[in-house]
Amino acid sequence: MELLTIAMPKGRIFEEALAILADAGIPVPDDLTKETRKLILTAPEAQLAFFLAKPMDVATYVEYGVADLGIVGKDVLLEESRNVYELLDLQISPCRVSVAGLPDKDTVNGRIATKYPSIAEKYFRGIGEQVEVVKLNGSIELAPLIGLADRIVDIVSTGQTLRENGLVELETITSVTSRLIANRASYQLKYKRVNRFYDQLKKHIERRGKVD
Amino acid sequence: MSPEAFEKPIGFQDVPPKLARKKREIESRLSHVFSSWGYQEVMTPMLEYAETVGRASAISEDKMFRLIGQERAMLILRPDQTAPIARMVNSLLQHEALPLRLFYHASVFRTQEYAAGRRAELYQSGVELIGEPGVKADAELLALAITALQACQTSSFRLVVGHVELLRGLLESICPSEEQRAQLTDFLIHRDYVGFEALLQQLEDKEAVADILQLCRGLDHKEYLEPLLSHSSNRVVKAAKQLIRIWDILEDYGYESYLTVDIRLLGNINYYTGMYLEGFADGVGFAILSGGRYDQLYEQFGRPLPATGFAFRMNNLIETCNIECMEPKKTTLFYPKLQRKAAIAKSKELRELGYTVVLQIDDTQTDIVWREE
Repeated sequence: MELLTIAMPKGRIFEEALAILADAGIPVPDDLTKETRKLILTAPEAQLAFFLAKPMDVATYVEYGVADLGIVGKDVLLEESRNVYELLDLQISPCRVSVAGLPDKDTVNGRIATKYPSIAEKYFRGIGEQVEVVKLNGSIELAPLIGLADRIVDIVSTGQTLRENGLVELETITSVTSRLIANRASYQLKYKRVNRFYDQLKKHIERRGKVD
Repeated sequence: MSPEAFEKPIGFQDVPPKLARKKREIESRLSHVFSSWGYQEVMTPMLEYAETVGRASAISEDKMFRLIGQERAMLILRPDQTAPIARMVNSLLQHEALPLRLFYHASVFRTQEYAAGRRAELYQSGVELIGEPGVKADAELLALAITALQACQTSSFRLVVGHVELLRGLLESICPSEEQRAQLTDFLIHRDYVGFEALLQQLEDKEAVADILQLCRGLDHKEYLEPLLSHSSNRVVKAAKQLIRIWDILEDYGYESYLTVDIRLLGNINYYTGMYLEGFADGVGFAILSGGRYDQLYEQFGRPLPATGFAFRMNNLIETCNIECMEPKKTTLFYPKLQRKAAIAKSKELRELGYTVVLQIDDTQTDIVWREE
């Protein structure tokens, strides 16, 4: 059996991603936990290797083929437009990419702060509005509060962070769940293994969907 | 920002001796295979007119490097080799007997996004079979690609074949809305199978949808295609027949184990008109070759001709060829200045015997000596 390498996203979706693999009956190494400092973990008897990566980088690893498969949010796929196969909606970590801002504030400078410059640019062009996009790497909610930008484009799941900072969700750009992605060459060369992996996850998701 | 002395434009690369040796070795093996199948090498200019070759090319215009020529015409760096060859075939080679079998080794140029890590200069080695319609030509190309990959000692590889008409027919038969069909195709172009499947599940004919999803799994035996021969759509039947005949021919070569059919595989849909193929090999995350049938290109150069072709992407192929290219053993010939003429004569003699000889003055020597490294 050939080795299958899977890139896992650290952070927000890690635990749910891990749980869905384990629940679907995929042998996950015991030491693959949120606390681990190791970057590469293997389940040798199952010929599986996992490595942990920043969510934004998962699609890049998979595009270059250093990982055969990856689990990644749809937000990353939309932002990075990497050349990978998007195989399966895992239906975990649901959230949305939204436009938010201060309530009742006229937009003056048309500036948008975001971690997702290309999603933002594409969205505003699509609705016929020219904006100036400022890329930030975190604490996006700060930008309208201190006057760096009128509005932000960011991930919203419960909306709590927005509320706590006095911001309101203005428009939803797209809803987001996590996806199973595959490298183009791996998908074609290891299709039997990839198909088995896919079937296992898909069956589990369908079962779970029925229970809910 | 002004460039530092060591920098190259984004996406361009140098080729140091070791890599150059391997590239030339692969090219020479490919040339040998292509020639032995009756293909002849051609070369075309690096610059073309944006209005002619640029417009006809399968590559989108925003990916082309543009410059302004002497006559103020807009020029492009050739973005692919197929369109320039079509121009040549329909002008310089228009009186040649058809079919024409041509090959090339050339760089093509495409602009890349910043920090995407993609190449702007791509080395390609490819073939075009012009003036021959039908599956015989398509199968010849597949077999030629496999033979060429074997000659380059490529790690375990696979050719994946799709068919524009097969997909079009299948989608037409289950999805009456042209808009939705365009959306489905768009999902496939972006390799978003989640979106593709979700939209298919919304369609009425659940049974037909399930059939299509079943077909979407890697088809590694031609028997999987046989049910399509009784499909209600003529388009589907015709395309399936073609794929099966291609498969039959490849069986005669003994090459069928290298093949998979993926009905979702799509190239540029405005360009390819029939079979489309991509090749993958162990150890490289990207396609090592792509190509297909493009029967509509030639009419843009004044004479409609059926044509089919493929190109190896050398930048990717080189990583998966298990070819060792040793640096040739060097012999240094030391000589005292006064014996230069004799040293030159000796070096000629040694080179004729196959040695690689470098001349080196050495006045501590009293006579000519040579040493192999």
